[in-house]
Formats: sequence, structure tokens, C-alpha cells
Amino acid sequence: MNTKPKKKMSARQKSEFIWGWIFILPTMLGLIVLNIYPMIDTVIQSFYKTGDFGKGNVFVGLKNYEKVLGDAEVWQALWNTIKYAIVEVPVSVVIALLLAVLLNKKLKGRSAFRTIFFLPMVVAPAAIAMVWKWLYNSNFGLINNLLHIKVNWISNPQIAIYSIAVIGIWSVLGYNMVLFLAGLQEVPKDYYEAAEIDGANGFNKLMHITVPLISPTIFFVIVTRIIGAMQVFDLIYMMIDLNNPAWKKTESLVFLFYKYSFEQSKKGYGATVVVVLLVVILILTVIQLIGQKKWVHYE
Amino acid sequence: MKKKIISNTIIYLILIFVSVTMLVPFLWMFLTAFKTVAETMQVDPFVIIPRVWQTQNFGNVIKAMDFVRLYANTLGMVGLRILFAVLTATLSGYAFARLHFKGKNAMFALVLLQMMIPVQIFIIPQYVMVSKLHLTNTIMGLVFPGVVSAFGTFLLRQAYLQLPKDLEEAARLDGCNIPQTFLFVMAPLTKSAMVALGIFTAVFAYKDLMWPMIVCPDNRATTLASALAKMNGQYQQKYPELMMAALISCVPMIILYIIFQKQFIEGIATSGSKL
Repeated sequence: MNTKPKKKMSARQKSEFIWGWIFILPTMLGLIVLNIYPMIDTVIQSFYKTGDFGKGNVFVGLKNYEKVLGDAEVWQALWNTIKYAIVEVPVSVVIALLLAVLLNKKLKGRSAFRTIFFLPMVVAPAAIAMVWKWLYNSNFGLINNLLHIKVNWISNPQIAIYSIAVIGIWSVLGYNMVLFLAGLQEVPKDYYEAAEIDGANGFNKLMHITVPLISPTIFFVIVTRIIGAMQVFDLIYMMIDLNNPAWKKTESLVFLFYKYSFEQSKKGYGATVVVVLLVVILILTVIQLIGQKKWVHYE
Repeated sequence: MKKKIISNTIIYLILIFVSVTMLVPFLWMFLTAFKTVAETMQVDPFVIIPRVWQTQNFGNVIKAMDFVRLYANTLGMVGLRILFAVLTATLSGYAFARLHFKGKNAMFALVLLQMMIPVQIFIIPQYVMVSKLHLTNTIMGLVFPGVVSAFGTFLLRQAYLQLPKDLEEAARLDGCNIPQTFLFVMAPLTKSAMVALGIFTAVFAYKDLMWPMIVCPDNRATTLASALAKMNGQYQQKYPELMMAALISCVPMIILYIIFQKQFIEGIATSGSKL
């Protein structure tokens, strides 16, 4: 009596085991060939110097890493990337949060506004960068001519990276806002009613009710946006020509990775740069994971 | 009441101001695309609307860049990536959500790992593989890193986790085996997740710049984004033609977005980390 159901169970288990593996096989094979192996290979390559003219790669140990640490261009690129992220992430998060709060009411045209704000997300950054380059044009651009100023938005090394960060903010605003709107939907309305009875104004409600209640969403957006911003490439590649005087002050880490690996064929050194990027992103993420305990409230 | 009207007016003013900021670059792209080069180089008076709409700019750009070809390449890449990603992710998402088998957790950890790592880490070896397989300057080369989708697996797994358990039980009692239950009962219920994954895959494949530049440097084999990048370097001051090219490459996507805005926003917003 006892053995029969048990045996049946194991037949079921066996079939789940077989079909489970068959179902995940294509995905796992793909992931191993396309991602897991490449990840390991990139790390290995970072210990090699790419051979010239068909000569094999030479194992150089930690030489690439020593070189990276002493490479002023890498440090400058890291600094440029951080400058970009420091402007893009907080500004886009704050504006997106405010817009989400405004749109979280019963307003006429609510979905039209949402559609407009989100629009840059479906357009290739290559096209976006071309338009902004034209808007920023110092002689004939719309911005300078409309405001009657003469600013070299993308050729002044002091400000070029921030001008690019503005495009980043413009591009990602609607995306952040949609994520915040989803978070706001879960905030119970009665919290606000209670606060209103206590005489709280809009700003008080935002800081003391909205922000704490959607802090998990805010945290998620900040973490993922920092990861995204640290990988900035398209906008910079499109905006900055080889003869732009702001070149050195706008190159990002991924840009350097591209330049070394594919324009100069120094794949070993390119691999080292990208491993450094991974480590930087990892450190930033871990710091945030530790820091979240101070301000993120999970229910 | 009066206070409410004032606050609503302020809200609308802010929203309209932001909308204008979002739309002006697109409007400027459109207007510039139909100007003469002389008009774009004139500041006194500054020309906003083209005096005569230079429709021949369209023909000139089409002649200079083979946009039919670029569209075919981009569509081919996007279509195949959607097909592969939805197919593999549907299978693995179901297994990860609904089947119990040894090794599942370890494999799912690999899926999560892929999602958390910056894609640039994979690019050099992926490129080496593509060139060893002689797939540079081909559509399969463009598709290559996208034949499976860790994010898609994650998304479909979420969709299957949300389906009620009794459905599956009922199918089983009716004598369906695992593939039959999957194919006829469960998979049809995750259509909206498949659509979300399809849109997500399409938008990010279409937007991607670095991969097509690396594997398809040839102008006739590459995608819209990477052709724009090349053109950007060549047509230094010819802004009408540059803007026309940008316009041609983004208008179809914008039209699709306006028609399917709800699915687009959901499809992209569920993606979270993969930007």
C-alpha cells in the first residue's frame, strides 16, 4: 500500500527532472557560451598582453593592472564617468519623483504626459545625440540662439561632460518616472488624508509620507541608474569628435574600453579596463546596499 | 476651491513645461530635416520654420545611405532576437517557476549573475567568437549575443509564478504530461509577458550602438544606430541631412510606440536593471 504512491511520486519527480533540464537547456547553453565563458575569458585576458601581428598573447601577470593604476587617461576617464553619474542620477531621480507625484493625481491628460515624458526611451541614443549636438551647436544651435548666449556646450572641456549629462537626464527622466508611478500606486491614500487633517503641506507630505513609503523603489532606481550611468558610452561617442578639445575631459571608462579593445586592438588592456569598471560598479553597489539600512523602509 | 484651481494651474504649467522640453528636440529634428544648409547656418534672423520645405533632402539621404538595407538588417536582427529570446525564455521560465529538479537553484543563480553584470564584460570574447565563426557583417552576427535572454527568463519565470496552481493540477489529472501542460495550458496564459519581453528585446536591440559597430562595420550590413554613428562622423556640417537620417531611423519606432504605448511602457519599465 505504501510503496505504490511513493513509486508514483518518483516517476513524477523523474519526469520533472528530465523535462526541467530539457526546458532550461537552450537558455543555459546560451548563457554559458555567451556570458559565463566570456566573463571568465575577459578576466583571463586582462592578465595578457595582446600579441602584435599575429604573435600569440603574452602572459604579463598583473602588469596590465599596474599600468591601469598608473594610467592618467584611465583615472581621468573614471573621474569623467563619475562626474557624469553624479549629475545624471540625482537630478533625473529628483525630477522624475516630483513628476511622478504630480502625475499620481486624477488629472486630465495624465496618460498623454506620461507618453511624452517616456518618448526618449524608444529612440536610439545615436539619433538623440545627433539632435542634441545640433541643439548645442555654439554658432547655429537652437539653445544659444534662443537664449542669446554663446556657450561652447560640448567643446568647452570644463562643461562638456555636464552638457552630456543633461542629455542623459532628458533621456531617462520618463523611465524613472514610470517606475516611481508604479511605486506610488501602492501608497494608501488614507496616509495623506490623515496628514492633511494634521495640517501638513505638500512638501511635508512628500518628505514624510511619499519618500519613506516608496523608498524601496527609490533605492532600486538609484542602484540601477548608477550602474547604467557608469556604463555611459553612446552619448559620449556620438557627441565628441576626435578633434573636440573636450575629448580628454569627456571620455568615459566604457569609451576607453571600446577604444583600446576595438580601435587599437589592445584587447588585453581593454579587458583590464572593463574589469576595473566591474569592480568600481561592484563597490558602488555594495556601499549602497550597506547604506540603505539607514533610509530604506521595507514593510 | 480657489486654492485648488491655483495649485492645479501650477501643476499643469510644470507638466506642460516639461512636455515642451521633451518634444522640442524632436520638433527641431523634424524642422531641420526640411531646411537648406544655408538656412541652418543663418542666425540673423534665426530660421525656425523652413521657408521652402526641402522634401528632396529625403531622397538625398536615401541615396547616400541605403536605408532600405539598414531597415532590413535592423528588422532581421530584432525579429530573430525576439523569436529566440521569447522561445528560450518561455521554456526556461516555466521550468524555473513550476518544475522541481536537482540543480535548478544553481542554474537560476547563473541567470541572476548574468543580469547583474555589465554587458561590456562579455563583448571581447563574444566578438572573437563571431569572427571565428565568420559571422561578422551578417545578421546572425548581430543577433549573436541575444539568442538567449537572462532577463527574459527572469521575466517569464515571474509570469509563471503568478499563475494559479490548480490549473496545472487539473491538466495533470486530465492526463496531460509536462510538455502538454506547458504547451496547451500554461504557455498561452503568459502572452502579456511574452509581449513585454518582445518589446523590451526590440527596443534595446534597436537602440544598441556598440555591438553593431563592432561586428558589422560594413555600411551595408549594419543597423540604423551604427549607420547613424558613421554618418555623424562624415557629414560634419550638413545638419539637414543628418537630421533627416535621424528622423528616418526613429519615426517608425515612435509611431509603433504611440500605437502600443501601454505595452511599450510596461515592457520597458519591467526591465529595471537592464539599461
